[in-house]
Parts: sequence; C-alpha cells; structure tokens
Amino acid sequence: MKIRDNKAWFFVLPALIVMAVNAFIPFITVINFSIIDVFMNLPAVSVGMENFYTVINDDLFRGAFVRQVGFSLLILLIQVPLGIAIALALPKKSIWATLSLIGLGLPLLIPFNIVGIIWRVFTRADLGAVPALFSVFGYQYDVAQNAVDAYWTVVVMDVWHWTPLIVLLAYAGLSAIPDAYYQAAEIDGASRWRTFLFVTLPRLRSVLTIGILLRFMDSFRIYTEVFLLTGGGPGSTTTFLSDVLVRKAVISFDIGYSAALSLIYFFVILVVSYVFFLVLTSVGTNDDEAVPE
Amino acid sequence: MATIELVNIAHAYVPGQYAVQDINLKWEEGVSSALLGPSGCGKTTLLKIISGLLKPTEGDVLLDGQRVNELSPKERNIAQVFQFPVVYETLNVFNNLAFPLRNRGIPEDKVKSRVNAIAEILELTHVLKKNAARLGAAEKQLISLGRGVVREDMAGILLDEPLTVIDPYQKLHIRRKLKQLQRELELTMIYVTHDQHEALTFAEQVTVMNTGEALQTGSPADLHTHPQAPFVGYFIGSPGMNIFDASLSGHTVTAGELSIDLPASTKADYSGAKMEIGIRPEFIVVHRDEQADAFICDVKNAYLTGNARILDLVGAGLQFKARVGDMSPIRQGERVWVRFPAANTVIYANERAIPTADKEAIA
Repeated sequence: MKIRDNKAWFFVLPALIVMAVNAFIPFITVINFSIIDVFMNLPAVSVGMENFYTVINDDLFRGAFVRQVGFSLLILLIQVPLGIAIALALPKKSIWATLSLIGLGLPLLIPFNIVGIIWRVFTRADLGAVPALFSVFGYQYDVAQNAVDAYWTVVVMDVWHWTPLIVLLAYAGLSAIPDAYYQAAEIDGASRWRTFLFVTLPRLRSVLTIGILLRFMDSFRIYTEVFLLTGGGPGSTTTFLSDVLVRKAVISFDIGYSAALSLIYFFVILVVSYVFFLVLTSVGTNDDEAVPE
Repeated sequence: MATIELVNIAHAYVPGQYAVQDINLKWEEGVSSALLGPSGCGKTTLLKIISGLLKPTEGDVLLDGQRVNELSPKERNIAQVFQFPVVYETLNVFNNLAFPLRNRGIPEDKVKSRVNAIAEILELTHVLKKNAARLGAAEKQLISLGRGVVREDMAGILLDEPLTVIDPYQKLHIRRKLKQLQRELELTMIYVTHDQHEALTFAEQVTVMNTGEALQTGSPADLHTHPQAPFVGYFIGSPGMNIFDASLSGHTVTAGELSIDLPASTKADYSGAKMEIGIRPEFIVVHRDEQADAFICDVKNAYLTGNARILDLVGAGLQFKARVGDMSPIRQGERVWVRFPAANTVIYANERAIPTADKEAIA
C-alpha cells in the first residue's frame, strides 16, 4: 500500500485519535476488565462471562435496576407533561417571557453537587424549611429515616432540577409553530384539547424527542444529588445503579464486577434510548392509519 | 352559502394606526371574487376580520344580513385557506378532511360519505390513506381547501394567496380545481392575491386595495377600461397605466403639451385639486409616418414582452409607455407620431376619476 494512494487517511486521523482516546480505548479497557478477575497483586485470571452472571444474579444489582427503571419512568411521566404545561403557560414574546425563562433556567446552571447540598439543607430535620413546613400540617417529615419521604424528596429534587430543560425545549418548539396552524384549527372548529393533540404535540415532536432522550439518559445515570441528599438510604430506598457501581468499583474495588455492570448499564441505556428514538420519530407518521372502511 | 358584507370596517393593530379603513364591501352568494393589492395593503387583515380570527376595531361584519362580530370562527362557519398549506401531520388525508366534521360531532357515516365526495372532486381519492405530512405542497394545499369545503353548511371560503408556495406547473391544476369547486358547489369565494393575473383570471368581481383602502370593485374588464383611481390603473395591466401630473386652468386639464377638456357635464369645482391624466399604453395610437395633429415622440427603448412590444416614448413634454403588436416594425431610436384618443383618457382629481358623460349614462 503506497502512502501516495492513501493520503485521505491523514484527514480522518485527528478524528480517529480523538475517538480512540475518548471512546475506543476506555471502552475496550472496560470490556477487558469485565472478563477477568483481579485479586490483590496476583496475576489477572480470565473468567469469561462469569462476572456478567454474578452481576445479573446479584440482589443488590436487581433491586437497584428495578428502582432505576421505576425512577426514570416516573421522572419522564412527571417532567415531560409538566414541562410542556409550563411552556404553554409562559407569556409569548415579552420582557416577562425572557424573565420567566431566565428564572426557570437557573436550576440548570447549578452544579449537581450543589443541588444535592441545597436539598440536604432544605430537608435537614433541625433547620430545614421542608420539615418545618410539614410540621405545620402535623406531619413528621424525616428524609433520613422515612423511606417514602426520602424517595419523594429525590423525585421532587430532580423535577426541580430538570423540568426547566423540558420547558426551554418545549418553549423553543412552541415559538416555532406558525400562527396559521392554530388559525386553521380554530376555523376547523377544533377544541383546545384537539388543537393541542393534532397541532401542538406533533409540531413539538423533534424537541420532545431530544428532551425525552436526554431526561431518560440523565435520570437513568443519576448519582451525585442522590448521594449527597440520602446516600442511597434509608435502607436501599434510593440506591440506584450508579450508587451500586461506585460502591463496587471504588469502595470494594471489585473491578471485574464493576466493569461487567458498567457494560450492562451502558447497553441498557443504549437500547432503551434507541427504542424511544424509534417510537418518538415514527408515531403518527405511518400511512393507512384508522381509515374507516 | 351566504352573502358576506363588511360595513364601515376599520382595524388598527396599534391604537390610532389604521391598517384598514372605511371598508364597505359586499360579496354576493355564490360569486367568486378577488381582493387584489400589493403586499401590506390590508388584504389579509380583511380576510381575518371576515373569518373571525380578528375582531375589527370599528364596523360590522354581516353574514346574510346578520351581524356576526361577536361570533367565533367556528360559529361563523367560514373556511380559510392559508398561504402556506396547513395539514394535521399525524393524520392521514381522510382524517384530515374529516377533522372539521368530527369537531362538529357529525355522525361517522355522514363524515365518510362527505369526505369521499370531496376527495373525488379534488382527485385525492388515491391518497386518502396516506399520511398527510408526506404529500407535496400542492396536494397539501388541496387538503386545506378540502377541509374548508367539506362542511356543507359553510358560509364562504377565503383563500389567502393560496398558490404562493406551489410549483408553477401545479398552479394551473389547483386553480382549475378551485374554479371547478366554486362552480359545482356554488361557493362564495374570496381570493386574496397580489398577482393581477391570478385575480383577473379567477374572479368575476375584483376589489383593488391599497394602503388599507378599497379603491374600486368591479369586473376585470371594468377595472381595465375604467380604473377609478390612478393606483388601479397603474397596478392592473402590464405595463400599467401611464399617469401624468397635470394642472387645471378653467375647464382644461394640461399635462406637457397634452390638453383635455373636462367633460361638459362636470359640475364640481376642482380648482386646487391634485389633477392627473391617465391613459393605458395599449390605447395610445402610434404611427410611423407623419401625422398632422399628432405629437412627435422619440422611441427611447423598445422591447418584446410575450405577444406585445412595449415602447418607452419621450415627447409632447411627457415620458410614457405605449404597447403595440409584437409584429410592429418600430425600433429603438425611431421618431413616431402619437395620439391620445380622448375616449380612453381618464382625468383624476385627488386620485378619483372624474365621471365622464358616457359613464354617467351607464350608471
């Protein structure tokens, strides 16, 4: 192979190097770790798929996985409709719209660990605003001891932190819908609900696809805020996959198990995101739908 | 179908700044009409006032003589087709056409027969099951139109520059469908456009608008031969009417060397008024050989436009255009003798045509 004939490779080389450092090498390293067992300073032993079986049969992993799926589902079910509703309620093109967007966007600018600490302070039994508020209604709120309180606090914290993302995306999507669409629906005599269903929602498809994918991926990987707020407790109520992974990799130093868990984790996110993407970009675009015979 | 009438309509988007003013127009039942004017003249504002998307600042909207100012677009039962085709993109063509009927709670068997009938006329039957978003602009615009006419009790249909985004070769097809629908369903149709060709070929009655005012309403022929305002003369025709600034002394109006007497029947006093003389390029008589009582002019430019030759002429203290046949031998740089037939000249005072004796006789 003459260099002269292969000059084009030099053009893709920078990208290949970046991709290698950024993705290929770490990814292959993780795959490598996932099929070996390392113990102290002894030589690594190849164990095949054993690490994967261990992970899948581990109750700690199973519990966290189920909680994780439930959490992400709940987050999407709350944040997407809420975000759209807030975006619809925002004023259109005025100084108030700008101010509202800035105000709503603020949580997005706060670093994750600060979010965790803010809510930790919020919910502290001795000086937090949340327990004080609940005590007015005679409820003994305790994020450290009460599992239900802890779970819902994590959910509310995430809603507070991330719903603005959906609001911003939906607002941008809404402002891109031409007035003629609403006017046509009005002339066609559509109710507000049917206008939303057949004009607004389809026109928000692309921004909502991005929003839902981002919210799914981020909520499925949630770690910092929960770690700082509840530390995964009480018990394992708020122990999600990242938490299990960190405990195994950093605290127990179980590299093989962690690598296998990482790959399963990654694969689940990849597959679910792809399914979301397929469904969201194709729903309602098919021919032959519901024509009465 | 219904008669649509606007009485003393005025609308200001910003208080004090009127977008349209003093509008008194009537569209008879089953007549195809056009609103013609340049962009920004208030055509679309009028359409929105009729359909109910906009509430006029002043004046009344009447449907069959009933005041409908307070009614919503749905209650008025007026259909509107927009410049950019609007379809409900998650629905197929059938469900798009059925949308207005289902919104009104019409029984499904009735919906089906009605949609199929309209699809038949619009030649959309073969795409009924297709997703509407996948169709081309022309078909989407036919769907928009179909959603309007699918309602049997519809009072009228308004079209807001519906051919703007349609490919040239499909414009003809859509325009033919529009005419066919209008005739078969006896629609009261108002077609808004800035294209005189579209307006004059489509409508039986054309209203010319400029800067928020309705200048003249009449048949295409009427607008051509008797433009009641210089703008109408200038805007309609290609090229538009020649308009000369003129002055009035006694009973005679003069522009350059051209002098015309006011009609004998004129009683009004026009002293101090802004006078203009208008004549269409096609009515100017051009001779190549010397004529005793004609003005001598130089041909500054001569160019072909389709089946006519347009001459830019200078002479008689005026600068103007004349239109002669494409076979005319007249070329640039020649000297010609020109007449302005009195019967075809129009005198304007303050942008209004002064009625002549014969026109008064017609009226």
